[in-house]
Amino acid sequence: MTARVRWVTRVIGGAALVTTALTVWLGLWVTPPAKVMGTLARLLYLHPPIAWVALYCAFGLAALSSVLYLWRRTRSLFWDRLGASAVEVGVVFTALTLVTGSLWGRPTWGVWWTWTARLTSTALLLVLFLGYLALRRVPADPDVRARRCAVAALVAFVDVPIVAFSVDWWQTLHQRGTVLNPGLTLKVHGSMAWTMGLGFLAMTLVFVWMVLVRYRVELLADRIGDEELEVSLSERWAEGATVADAAVPLALPDAVPGAPTGRGAAVGPVPEPLGGRR
Amino acid sequence: MWRDALLVAGKDVRIELRSRVALWQVLPFAVLVLVLFGFALGPGPAALRAAAPGLYWLAVLFSTVLATQRSVAIESGEGTRDGLRLSGIDPAGVFLGKAAAVAIQLVAVQVLLGAGIVVLFDVHLQTWWLAIAASVLATVGLSAAGVLYGALSAGLRVRETLLPLLVLPIVAPVLIAGSRAWSAAVSGAVASGASWLKILGPFAAVYLAVGIALYGPLQETA
Repeated sequence: MTARVRWVTRVIGGAALVTTALTVWLGLWVTPPAKVMGTLARLLYLHPPIAWVALYCAFGLAALSSVLYLWRRTRSLFWDRLGASAVEVGVVFTALTLVTGSLWGRPTWGVWWTWTARLTSTALLLVLFLGYLALRRVPADPDVRARRCAVAALVAFVDVPIVAFSVDWWQTLHQRGTVLNPGLTLKVHGSMAWTMGLGFLAMTLVFVWMVLVRYRVELLADRIGDEELEVSLSERWAEGATVADAAVPLALPDAVPGAPTGRGAAVGPVPEPLGGRR
Repeated sequence: MWRDALLVAGKDVRIELRSRVALWQVLPFAVLVLVLFGFALGPGPAALRAAAPGLYWLAVLFSTVLATQRSVAIESGEGTRDGLRLSGIDPAGVFLGKAAAVAIQLVAVQVLLGAGIVVLFDVHLQTWWLAIAASVLATVGLSAAGVLYGALSAGLRVRETLLPLLVLPIVAPVLIAGSRAWSAAVSGAVASGASWLKILGPFAAVYLAVGIALYGPLQETA
């Protein structure tokens, strides 16, 4: 990765830090408590942005990069790594969505968990992509693994609307979308709306930063894997060569013209290099 | 594609008929699950009857995992996958064929399980066609999703543990819609039951389409 990308990553990371800190400050100290929910409403500066990142940014990006990987013309391990990074961050954010939602649900609804459409489908989504991560951890040839994971991500992504739709038919006591309700009329006002908007920006920045860093880690891990293979290969070669060097004079007392030496000797027949016994 | 599918399905079914794995392992397992559910819920007939549709579908889901694993295992022998690839059979045909073979086994499982819940849990189906329609659609969806994920985990040493983790959340909509539809079929509420077919149908269609499209790239994997 070039120095420029690293610089951009750092800038985005800084921006994410600043906006998150601002959101916390605005959310906890500046904005007034909400009319009905009181101070509980402050969690809503964080919970919807986290859910937005998890459900749309992360899994959308994962699906997109899976398609681009599977399509022959754009097939490159870049998309595989990007998709994997997005899923990993997405799983973290989905878990956070469930945790923050649960924290809010306990005082508001009186329960940690209800079997509503949104909760259930989000939980299923989490399990689906945990499956993806499990599949990814199975050691395999990078290309094979990439193809498998791309298919798994796509299948999981296709499942999301079906899951959402099917669990939606259970009667639900969860809110309908508050900001994006059918009339698109904003029900959040003034400083609270600003804070919520800032929260969305902050979480998106955090997401982008995490994906960039995660991508880099993935890239370096792949590179280390390749290098270790190279190193151990050349070590084997060297071993073979030294054994052959030691063995050749024994086997061929009078220097035969054109006798193999060095690396090439390891390929040829090496007569009983280690005393002839196993 | 269809001819290839028939060939592959015929091969898989023939293997099943000869090895009798489905007969001696999958079917007894399904019944065992029903009996265990009975133990878990106690002998009260009311509770059993209320839970029966859900338990039925849960047993079907578990059997799907077994049947899928079996379907993958058939292809995991030495050089089998290479043989299949070299035979020039359309990957989409392989997918459809394997899905059809799994579907046939699932139909057998469901017939047995249906009889099981009638006998063991004292359930009376009011609307037969609704239950059968739900079962047919669900079977198509389950076998398509199962075979697709089976191909995904083929050749992995951790297949046995990975496959359930991958397949079961994917088929959760089938569990929801199937058990609602069967509950409606038991109580005779046709209208509400029929609306659940609107989930089972698209589920089956989507996974058939995805499987036909993506099975090819997966087979290159090997």
